[in-house]
Amino acid sequence: MSEETRAAPGAGSGPRLSRRRLFGLAGAGTAGVLAGGGVGFLLGDSVAEAGGPGGPGGRTGGAGYGDLAAATEFDGAHQAGIVTPAQDRLHFAAFDIVTDDRTELQAMLQEWTAAARRMTRGEAAGEGGAIPEVAESPPDDTGEALDLPASGLTITVGFGPGMFVGPGGADRFGLAARKPEALEDLPAFPGDTLRPEISSGDLCIQACAHDPQVAVHAVRNLARIGFGVVSVRWSQLGFGRTSSTSVGQQTPRNLFGFKDGTNNLKAEAGSALEDNVWVQSGDGPEWLTGGSYVVSRRIAMTIETWDRTSLVEQEQIIGRTKREGAPLGTGEEFDPVDLTAASISENAHIRLANPNSNEGSALLRRGYSFVDGTTELGRLDAGLFFLAYQRDPRTGFIRVQRNLRTDLMNEYIRHTSSAIFACPPGVDGPDDYWGRALFD
Amino acid sequence: MTRNLLVRLGLATAGALVLAGCSGGGSGGGGAAGGEAGLIAVAASDDSCDVDVAELPAGTHTFAVTNNGNRVTEFYVYAEGDRVMGEVENIAPGLTRELIVELAAGDYQTACKPGMIGDGIRNDLTVTGEAERLTEDELLAQATEDYSRYVQSQTVALTEKNDEFVAAILAGDIPGAKALFPVARTYWERIEPVAEIFGDLDPAIDGREGDQAEGEEFTGWHRLEYDLWVLGDVSQSGPIAEKLQVDVAEVVELANTTELSPIQLANGAKELLDEIATGKITGEEDRYSHTDLWDFAANLEGSEAAVQALRPALEERDPELVVALDTEFADATAALEVHRSGDGWQFHDQLSADQLQALSDAINALAEEVSQVAGVIAG
Repeated sequence: MSEETRAAPGAGSGPRLSRRRLFGLAGAGTAGVLAGGGVGFLLGDSVAEAGGPGGPGGRTGGAGYGDLAAATEFDGAHQAGIVTPAQDRLHFAAFDIVTDDRTELQAMLQEWTAAARRMTRGEAAGEGGAIPEVAESPPDDTGEALDLPASGLTITVGFGPGMFVGPGGADRFGLAARKPEALEDLPAFPGDTLRPEISSGDLCIQACAHDPQVAVHAVRNLARIGFGVVSVRWSQLGFGRTSSTSVGQQTPRNLFGFKDGTNNLKAEAGSALEDNVWVQSGDGPEWLTGGSYVVSRRIAMTIETWDRTSLVEQEQIIGRTKREGAPLGTGEEFDPVDLTAASISENAHIRLANPNSNEGSALLRRGYSFVDGTTELGRLDAGLFFLAYQRDPRTGFIRVQRNLRTDLMNEYIRHTSSAIFACPPGVDGPDDYWGRALFD
Repeated sequence: MTRNLLVRLGLATAGALVLAGCSGGGSGGGGAAGGEAGLIAVAASDDSCDVDVAELPAGTHTFAVTNNGNRVTEFYVYAEGDRVMGEVENIAPGLTRELIVELAAGDYQTACKPGMIGDGIRNDLTVTGEAERLTEDELLAQATEDYSRYVQSQTVALTEKNDEFVAAILAGDIPGAKALFPVARTYWERIEPVAEIFGDLDPAIDGREGDQAEGEEFTGWHRLEYDLWVLGDVSQSGPIAEKLQVDVAEVVELANTTELSPIQLANGAKELLDEIATGKITGEEDRYSHTDLWDFAANLEGSEAAVQALRPALEERDPELVVALDTEFADATAALEVHRSGDGWQFHDQLSADQLQALSDAINALAEEVSQVAGVIAG
């Protein structure tokens, strides 16, 4: 076999597991910032302690990440990277399709799938590897992930509206008839300050890993494979997860300093995932059954004005306490949100976003904090890159976002990018590829 | 426009308040209180401000301000730190307006502001007599009363200037309406945290394009701004202008029956600076006219008025903060002053990124200090 293995299988669980290495990389990561909870995981065993006495320690101990170096299963009924326990780092990229040739597009998706399968295992992107036998050849893999373990990498692909219908309604690849009705550019929402150049896209790749370099490596190599077929339209790095997608995970804090994702839909939610996350047979075109829709929103925070807001006001805006993350008027983070409670303001974020305020709509959020340097005004260009998976955006994100029109938090955020993609179901073995049922 | 702090904190708006010492128009106002010490004549021109007296006994006094100049002027009585003891706005050339103000013993300054801008032309005013010694509670009560009076005089001027603006729109006078647009908004922007309390009215008056819920019409100043600057046609703008007039009248009535708590005052002062940081320095607010610096100046003045109303209480509790506030207000005012242009300001799109960053830094420095005020008042 000519596949080059980046790191010996099982390295993650043996004594040679380089936790220090992971820690070092994380520290030197995209923004050099580590969430407190992340440190606890990276240093190993004291996760429950990191939760603090009286905190949700019992929920953060056992499952969750498991081994940070280990590989995630690539095959499955659903794509990995959705209900997979949210990894610490993100690189998300949206692409424009630049070819007119359906076969080329199909071939690229096959190549992408194969490369993603290898990289997910901790192997090189291309079969030739990072160090080719013939030194006169450029390496098949860009090399920055050599010696790094799989790091929990997941690569998730999505198809944008533009892949089905081009400008003027053109049927670009003979796929127009298969476009799901729900796959439409998101409507304008009050207060949107979107920048078109970092919005929408015909395809997307979400790469998540515990090591930022592994996530970047994945996007870089897939973009390279795609030259001539797709062109990167925009991309976004995220340095810290802002949601838990498994009950085994400690709830992280976003850049407002509040725990985020306490009430998220999680992998253990059982039938609620079928109801709210996975596209069901009969929902639309059959090729998407078992898939999901992802909505991305780059939400910039007006950090400086938030930071000089009093604690009581911050807590009123969110509807939770800052220390514990408990709904106002209760004591513990996971206490249920009582929408009749007068302690939670009419326009508090958790009230308006709650499923019970949205006809039961629940999203699986998978967002990441970002800091993209500073703005031209010398302010931190930072916020939350919001990602949410749902069975139908019309009853999911769109409904919830409309309800957030009067959210007190709006004063401190600006949505600067927006996109939607339909994520096909998972792949089943080496002969399958992303979107096969769509092209068949 | 922003979601309002006062609403979000769930603090009640108080009932009617007693308005001390303010007479808006030419009706003579004051009655018995004004009569006590007789009228103090103030002769204002474009470059002078002659006040009849430099010393007064403690008590209630009425100033009669006559504008002999060619520019609209304002008249203020300030205590230390430019704490507004009373002011009369929008005195048009040729007009005389009265200001009734109650002054305890102490050192004051009067100021005429021809063109309604800057520090104005100052005179010292010494008030003699028994100095009052107020308890902390009394100092705080005084603060809310003083600020209510400030709101009252701003709303009078708001109504007058907005009426002129609406009239210009209805008359199809585009240059006139464009000139009045930032001036009418000044009085609103100075007291925006108060004006914003009243739910639906704020979005209807000051909402920006794209802020509306589905099915809601884009109305108010920014709609008219769009008509004036982008369309260059106000022939269809009459109903919007008339609705604005009605909405403003309603807000004015509500604002004048509302009294802010000391904490609300402090938070309002911070809120105004956040408005500058997020709305004005970015050019979001007046995206068609680029008159953001008028709003900037008004927000800054309004913030200072709210903070200075609290000054006597702050001096008791945290004198170092008062020094820091004075320094930062002076620095921010100086940073803005660089962009003065005639009786107005440069347009937002005339400023470079470096210049905007300098303004942003000055507001950040000031707002960090102002954000400490609420805690000091509450503590």
